[in-house]
Amino acid sequence: MQTLTINGQDYQVDAPESMPLLWAIRDLIGLTGTKFGCGVAQCGACSIMIDGAVVRSCSTMVSQAIGKNITTIEGTSASLEALRQAWRNNSVPQCGYCQSGQLISAAELLDTNNNPTDEDIDNAMSGNICRCGTYVRIKKAIKEAVELKKQV
Amino acid sequence: MEKIEMKRRDFVKVLGLASGGLLFGCNVSADKVVVNTLENGISFVPNLFIQLQKDGKLTIVVARSEMGQGIRTSMASAIAEDLEADWKYVTVQQATGDSKFGNQNTDGSRSIRTLLKPMRKMGAMARTILEQAAAKKWNIPVSNCKAENHFVKNSTTGEEIFFGDLVEEAKTIAIPSDENIILKDKKEFKYIGKKVIRGIDMEDFLHGKANYGLDARLPNMKFASIARSPVTFGSVKSYDTSETVEIDGVEQVVQLDRLIPPAGQFFGMLGGVAVIANNTWSAFQGKNNLNIEWESGLNKTYDSEKFKEKLIGRIQNKSKVVPPFKGNVDKAFENADKVIEATYTMPHLVHAPMEVPNALAWVRDGKCDVWAPVQDPQTVRAEIAHFFGFAIEDITINVMMLGGAFGRKSKSDFVVEAVALSQKINAPVQVVWTREDDIQHSFYHAQNAQYLKGSLDKKGKVTGWLHRVAFPSITSSFKPMSNYIAGFELGMGFTNNPYDIENIQIENAKAESHLRIGWLRSVSNIISGFGINSFVDELAMVSGKDAIDFRLDLLGKDKAPTEKSPHPFNVARLKNVLLEAKKLSKWGRELPEGHGLGVAIHYSFYSYVATVVEVSVKSEKVKVENIYSVLDCGMYVNRDAVINQMEGAAIFGMSITMFGKISTKDGVVEQSNFHDYQMTRMIDAPNIHVHLVDNEEDPTGVGEPGVPPVSAAITNAIFNASGKRVRSLPLSDHGMV
Repeated sequence: MQTLTINGQDYQVDAPESMPLLWAIRDLIGLTGTKFGCGVAQCGACSIMIDGAVVRSCSTMVSQAIGKNITTIEGTSASLEALRQAWRNNSVPQCGYCQSGQLISAAELLDTNNNPTDEDIDNAMSGNICRCGTYVRIKKAIKEAVELKKQV
Repeated sequence: MEKIEMKRRDFVKVLGLASGGLLFGCNVSADKVVVNTLENGISFVPNLFIQLQKDGKLTIVVARSEMGQGIRTSMASAIAEDLEADWKYVTVQQATGDSKFGNQNTDGSRSIRTLLKPMRKMGAMARTILEQAAAKKWNIPVSNCKAENHFVKNSTTGEEIFFGDLVEEAKTIAIPSDENIILKDKKEFKYIGKKVIRGIDMEDFLHGKANYGLDARLPNMKFASIARSPVTFGSVKSYDTSETVEIDGVEQVVQLDRLIPPAGQFFGMLGGVAVIANNTWSAFQGKNNLNIEWESGLNKTYDSEKFKEKLIGRIQNKSKVVPPFKGNVDKAFENADKVIEATYTMPHLVHAPMEVPNALAWVRDGKCDVWAPVQDPQTVRAEIAHFFGFAIEDITINVMMLGGAFGRKSKSDFVVEAVALSQKINAPVQVVWTREDDIQHSFYHAQNAQYLKGSLDKKGKVTGWLHRVAFPSITSSFKPMSNYIAGFELGMGFTNNPYDIENIQIENAKAESHLRIGWLRSVSNIISGFGINSFVDELAMVSGKDAIDFRLDLLGKDKAPTEKSPHPFNVARLKNVLLEAKKLSKWGRELPEGHGLGVAIHYSFYSYVATVVEVSVKSEKVKVENIYSVLDCGMYVNRDAVINQMEGAAIFGMSITMFGKISTKDGVVEQSNFHDYQMTRMIDAPNIHVHLVDNEEDPTGVGEPGVPPVSAAITNAIFNASGKRVRSLPLSDHGMV
């Protein structure tokens, strides 16, 4: 048995040795907000944070997260809440499937950069594919979230 | 049509609604829209339902699949509009797959086109009944009662009564006659055509709570991953599971035979070897560890590059002429001042929705329950009945949220797999495709080649137009040996070419299929959109005219629509979107060094689109800087969702143009994941500017029409920027990305 701390809550899991975090989170713990997209860290749908840094959970071993704080889309933070508001204001999602990962990647950006430039946003977000093509809105919403966060 | 003798309580049960409240039904498929309450006897077959409860909650039963087009929100807002509902009370209930709901096939950009009028009428009827109930309660004339934002107001006293408090009274009101059901005036709209509306699923999206197919869970469910023949329609010769059963979590390995659909319908399944595990990861690992010897079969020689050359060869020669015929192209070419010709090619494409194909099935006690992201749940239900022998009423298709679809999730082979496995292992099982499975075993958009020949007279006017096209038809997936393009495919831009040219000939050359061929967002409009818009640009360049002026001339004079169609083609609307795009893009403006503008227009799914693209070309590398798209889809419901669709279509079209390529060698698809089947990413995303034409026309398609013009607008812009004419896609083949 291993203990994973996700969004401040402890979960006991009995994961096969090679199992990536994604499947422990989805299939063993049952938090399905984190999505499977490619399995090879190419699309970002499975993005989560470990101690505040974004990782692709499809390619991160369970052992790498033991004793650390995992944040998933079911969690919250000042950056995530500002982003959610901006996402609402801009009606960002279409199918919504990649948006968990988009929000997590954007949250790390806002956590670490108070004034991201367009280039910063491109760099932070280009690991996340949106097949519906909502990039224009994501970019606009991130800029808006930066301002919203300053107002809090 | 099935005869309905259900009582109100049966409907409530079947629809999964709460008991109590006021239930309305509407029949959409009849020529005349029939609306009624379902309180007493039901004298018609309803297929669209809403329920108003005493606490004011308004539930709309949505029978179309949500795949990012926002249909759950749009349908709800269309009904809320004429009902004068307050949006905060509105919820939706997703319908299961059942012919009771009429056509549920979420495909062809048709939901709002076919449902807007009946939805509005049902809303208006409910509003009328609530106003009459208030009048009865207050004992005043109904003319003094006006519904507004979930209340009925007494216009004399200013007194208000809540919709929920009228539910019981409303049940005693006679059904208003058609002439008393009056739709709201456009000027009074609060939801339809407006920008801001809270998406029904927004909070779920933002918190990871939306339930996609892949999120379906049952106690003790199993997870399955299936190895399928690398060559299409190959079969298992032998397999060794020794390294699979060692994997922690793997429970068993099951062989699945291919299920071949009967001619003309259904999708069947490819068959293969399935690994059953207690989690998805172990199933994937177990599949990777299988040692399988395949019998590849007839498609093993399929080499897509060689096939491309074969198609190019075929279209250089006279092929099967298809109607309509117009004039005499040979004469036109003989008498021309200039004749030009060009050949264009595009490879196979795959949908690659972010959520891979998947389905959870549970077969037990002679019943079959499915939870899956499907675009066409009734076909899935019928297909399961056909292959597995269940009575149709014993099959329940729970339609989950679709994490993208683009046509892939119309083809329900993944559901058939899940049902077959559940039946074999006697447990609930979720089949999960890997991304590699998705890229390598799809129903592909067809590889294609087009040859165009055109003639110009001395004034630069187009006198003749010959268009030869070859691609494997979608019908080949339903009827083997279908080697020619079907009429419905040719009708997507080829035979309904919008240009006013005296002599036109369309020809179709043979193309065999060696992969499963299917439809992908906007289907063969992608092909015609690229070929025709590229060639018109080439003609314009030869004639020395401005690309937009040339197109306006070529479209000819405005004419009264003559087509026999619910939405006859109107050339004036196509010219209008082109002029609007000219304005929006500031066509003709001075451009920075290395930049170019390109234009394309396309009419599809009854909607009119013009797209202008600005690219920059530096050291042979193309960057798309701006996309300007204008859409005339008639009346639209959710303005912001429509704009979002057009933005998404621009990105989708960009992905096709820049990277989109599925190729095969020895019958095997060469791409496998997003590293070699690339998508447009944030870093490549241009600025996108969308303009919607406002008019009173009937609503037409939105989800697909934005895609077809994008490719040619990009390549035309490249020509404008660099003088290089790209006639074969994708750009990555030319080292341009």
